[in-house]
Amino acid sequence: MNTQAKVAVQTQTKTSTNMMVIAFAAFVGLGMITIAGHLQAAALHDAAHDVRHATGFPCH
Amino acid sequence: MLTRVITTALFAGFITGIIAAILQFALIQPLLLHAELFENGTLTHFGDAGAGTTGHMVWLGLDPQRDLLSILFSAIIYTGYSFLLVAGISLAAEQGHHISPRSGLIWGFAGFIALHLAPAMGLPPELPGAGAADVAARQVWWFGTVAATALGLWLIAFGKSPITWAIAVLALAIPHIIGAPHPDLFTGPVPPELAAHFSARAIGVGLVCWSILGLLAGYFWSKEADS
Repeated sequence: MNTQAKVAVQTQTKTSTNMMVIAFAAFVGLGMITIAGHLQAAALHDAAHDVRHATGFPCH
Repeated sequence: MLTRVITTALFAGFITGIIAAILQFALIQPLLLHAELFENGTLTHFGDAGAGTTGHMVWLGLDPQRDLLSILFSAIIYTGYSFLLVAGISLAAEQGHHISPRSGLIWGFAGFIALHLAPAMGLPPELPGAGAADVAARQVWWFGTVAATALGLWLIAFGKSPITWAIAVLALAIPHIIGAPHPDLFTGPVPPELAAHFSARAIGVGLVCWSILGLLAGYFWSKEADS
């Protein structure tokens, strides 16, 4: 493998790792908003109630 | 990059969540507590034999447990927003776009439009007791609107052809063409004056907080050296 090809492979690996990090961040964000903002479990709903209204999430 | 993403998202989100909680106590909570007096029947709209109901708010005091939970969940939800925003920012950075506090502000505006303003155009932030359609149906519309609006804004920002922009406009419009689920009957006990004020304040506070979130995300992103 020549140097150019090695650099290309390294760049590709870095890009796919970065894409996984981005997907991870999106997943964490969506998960936090879904659990804290939208799950209807009574304890969660009551605890997050006022913030859900303030952020305009469908609450009741 | 993982360190940079997590550091940026946590710092920007947590700080904004605390600011959002303070703004909530100052501007939103008094209206919410006033509305609860109508919800639980302490006050009646058009009470006193139709003479109207006092528009003056009563200071209802603090409720430590309730207010601490609000601070906690404000921090969690804004950290969640922050992770989504940083996912978008890092995807753009990956494609070679420069990120600064200044461009972060624009990211914040876009986040506000996608997660606050566009859903609010169909489902305005509501007071406790407001008449509304089935919560599951509204949540489906909410998530669909957020996804379509985010896609539309991304295509407007980074698209390079008129066809992409046409798809973007379509993505922005579709949720509102379908329309949000609304109740068959308006049964809310809360005066519309109060509800309108609440909606406006919730949206306004949302804009302030998203602006701060975008600025901070841009700041921490550009400060953190890529690792």
